[in-house]
Amino acid sequence: MKILDEPRYVCALGAMQTIQAINRAIPILHASSGCASKLAGSIAGTTGDSGYLNPQTYPCTNIGETEVVFGGEDKLRNVIENSLKVVDGDLFVVLSGCTTEIVGDDIGQIVSEFEDSDKPIVSVSTAGFKGSNIQGHEWVLKAIINQYLTRLPKGEKIKGLVNIWGPVPSFDPYWLGNIRELENLVRELGLIPNSIFGEFRGIENLNKVPLAEFNLLVSPWVGLESVQLLEKKFGTPFLHYPTLPIGAHETSAFLRKVSAFAGLDSSNVEALIEKREKEYYYYVERSVDIFFENRTASRAFSLVSTAANVLAFSKFLVNDLGLMPKTQYITEGVPEEFHKQITEYFNEFSYGITADVTFSTDGYLIHRQIEEDDYSGPPLIIGSIFEKKLARKLDGNFVCISIPIKEKVVLHSSYVGYHGGLKLLEDIYTNVYQSFN
Amino acid sequence: MAIDIKNKVIGSRESRLGSVVDFSGDLQKIGEQSACNGCLGNKKRCFSQASSCSSNCALGQLSGINDAAIVHHGPSGCAGTAMGIASSFDLLAEALGRERNHFAYTCTDMTESDTVFGSIDNLKDVIVETYNRYNPKAIFVGASCVSGVIGEDLDSVVEDLADIIPIPVAPVHCEGFKSQIWATGFDAAYHAILKYIVKPPQKKTNKVNIIGFTAGTSWNTRDDIKKLLDILGLEATFLVASATVEELEHASEATATITTCGTLASYFGVGLEQAYGVPFIRSLQPQGILGFEDLARQLGKLVDKEHEIEAYLQKEQAFYLPKYEKIKEQLKGKRAMIAMGPGSGFNHVRVLQEFGMKVEHVSAWHFDKQYDDGRRPESFQYILDNSPNNFTYSVNDLQNYEFMNILNKVRPDVFVSRHPGSTVWAMKLGIPAYCVYDEYNSFGYKGTLRFAQTLLNIIINKSFAENLSKHVRLPYTDWWMTQKADALQIEE
Repeated sequence: MKILDEPRYVCALGAMQTIQAINRAIPILHASSGCASKLAGSIAGTTGDSGYLNPQTYPCTNIGETEVVFGGEDKLRNVIENSLKVVDGDLFVVLSGCTTEIVGDDIGQIVSEFEDSDKPIVSVSTAGFKGSNIQGHEWVLKAIINQYLTRLPKGEKIKGLVNIWGPVPSFDPYWLGNIRELENLVRELGLIPNSIFGEFRGIENLNKVPLAEFNLLVSPWVGLESVQLLEKKFGTPFLHYPTLPIGAHETSAFLRKVSAFAGLDSSNVEALIEKREKEYYYYVERSVDIFFENRTASRAFSLVSTAANVLAFSKFLVNDLGLMPKTQYITEGVPEEFHKQITEYFNEFSYGITADVTFSTDGYLIHRQIEEDDYSGPPLIIGSIFEKKLARKLDGNFVCISIPIKEKVVLHSSYVGYHGGLKLLEDIYTNVYQSFN
Repeated sequence: MAIDIKNKVIGSRESRLGSVVDFSGDLQKIGEQSACNGCLGNKKRCFSQASSCSSNCALGQLSGINDAAIVHHGPSGCAGTAMGIASSFDLLAEALGRERNHFAYTCTDMTESDTVFGSIDNLKDVIVETYNRYNPKAIFVGASCVSGVIGEDLDSVVEDLADIIPIPVAPVHCEGFKSQIWATGFDAAYHAILKYIVKPPQKKTNKVNIIGFTAGTSWNTRDDIKKLLDILGLEATFLVASATVEELEHASEATATITTCGTLASYFGVGLEQAYGVPFIRSLQPQGILGFEDLARQLGKLVDKEHEIEAYLQKEQAFYLPKYEKIKEQLKGKRAMIAMGPGSGFNHVRVLQEFGMKVEHVSAWHFDKQYDDGRRPESFQYILDNSPNNFTYSVNDLQNYEFMNILNKVRPDVFVSRHPGSTVWAMKLGIPAYCVYDEYNSFGYKGTLRFAQTLLNIIINKSFAENLSKHVRLPYTDWWMTQKADALQIEE
């Protein structure tokens, strides 16, 4: 039986959020009328699904019965042609949906008819039944590389330019802040960060992607195919750093690794780390009492989230805060081929501490397993809004960081870096102090 | 026209009612054209933007039922509704002090091979598993575009399971591609309720079915509703958000059905009336004073308490009207544009006109010339008969590029809308905007007073809209903004 209970991801067309995240890039949906609003509401919602565009402004063919019977290619041609006239954008990306793929519309063929238009236009097959929005994110990036970046005139590499990849727009509710903080860290090393997502980056940064000295992928698995493709097409090497760095331990490790990969002077990075760690521990020192002198704070934890979040938060909780990991739950339907590698990352905590990892898309079973587990006291559960009731039932501590996030409004905050570690401490112990202590 | 609650599928609003998603003209013109057969709906858009779909509406409504479960037969994205409502109905139940023990919205997560071979067997397993996990009182099995296109037979699945699962299992035919009008999804949901949940009446009760979106949550409106119904000796049953399956079973025994939104409730109201004789009160909807008084009087007449109602209305008027008149003086002549579903739209034209405001343009997401009883919606007829001006009227199917084009030309003092994601767009033009997110915003004298004051505040303090407009750019070309708003609608 295949059951999605308490869904925590959506279908490949959800990758429209990746295009929305590129300033002035315009998704054109060859799909049914409700797909966009439903997907945006579920992934983004309280974390910002609007901006220069919102889902209701996406050009969409709004497939009806006529197109299901006779095909929708003519309609798509019309909508593309008029999108180019009506919508003010720099890059247009045509995405297919379930219905149009089943009836056999050839979006690549239609898009090729617009090859000579003033604005670049690419197509991606993102039928919902073909995969998840996380896979869709990768397919969108690969399509942009293959159909747009490779057609740009060749340019000189820019010394020190580093493309940053990792957090999936909207799917990671903190993507904007997290990417900005990764940029800051890279900049502090004296390198030039380049990300295509978020404010004022847009096509200008996208055009610089082939010119980078290297690609930096901060993610356990998503984005790997894209950086491999960039290596193949532009000869750009990549550094794959699986853990989104949160707090002092991991952020310092991250800075050392990036610095070494870029061939920078190690004494500079050590000076930077010393300064940042000193500052970080100034804040920590002031609040240690509230972390450890209370009645209800947890000493053991589980995460129920994406591979990226589960790994990043676990590393912080074990290596910075000294908590013990129970089973960790990875919920975004990670393809099998990545399971082994991801599992191994959970054998690399300090003191030889390890954590079991369960890959599951069945929220119901995950909750039953957590209920049966022994946390020797109140569990700390970090996950989506679905975990809130569970945490309450188990008298545990709870932080909501993963979609559906619902109860949190996220504008620009971040869990990445030294600042991110402090923010997570604030969030965990804010929750602790909402109970009697 | 008759509703047959035994039908498997009921068809779209386009096919049943002649409803349309395009029109460009004015109030009088839509009045004339909606009275003639085949005059409406002859245009097609050669450019369109994403709107909404039946499944989101149907299953969004049904998942509000506290002890039911949803099984969605489609790819994972279709179950996005589950994420959208993840905690919403829990919070609603908590606010109302009602029991809601589970979140039960599962999905068959259809993959590529399922689109080739079908996945009816998996669907059966998921339905049975959902029953075993959550022990719901009813299960609604929602269709999707994919299940519809490949021809999965939900009705036979449900029949097959009748011996295994001892509760109603109802197919909901809400495939997105079958209608461009998302309100078709409301009808599909209510049809499933009428066919599979509602039981024939055993007795008559003093209940009033109140069909709405949110069960009267807007700033304790429930207290005001209760006050009104107490005078009439009636009790409210709020349907369907935060209701129970048992309450739905007994909907046939109620004294009457009323609603906050004809677009939402007409199928259910007419269906209950035709199948079980529950009167569907065809008043104006209770937005603004006229709507509230009309509803109160019609209910009073039904239960023979006209004097009691008049006494109550007079008492309320004495208290609220002096304050209300003062705000009206300040709102008088302010120019407004409205963008909403057709029912709410006409109801809010009336409210704004009650305030003495000038409605310049109304943009409707779709248009129903009639409901399932074959009658023209009362809120529409009222405006046709009473509007002081012949404002321009368009049917936009949520097409942002069209109503932005219109807004930019009309430049009203305030934009009043009702749909997620619509409000900010007026603000981007520096026009203050108000989203009537809660259907009870202007309920009764108290609510109307509050609504008038809120609108006035918004018109006076334009800070946010003006600040925002200085810092953002519209995603439309200058070319488009200078075209006629219906330039991309072509004759078929």
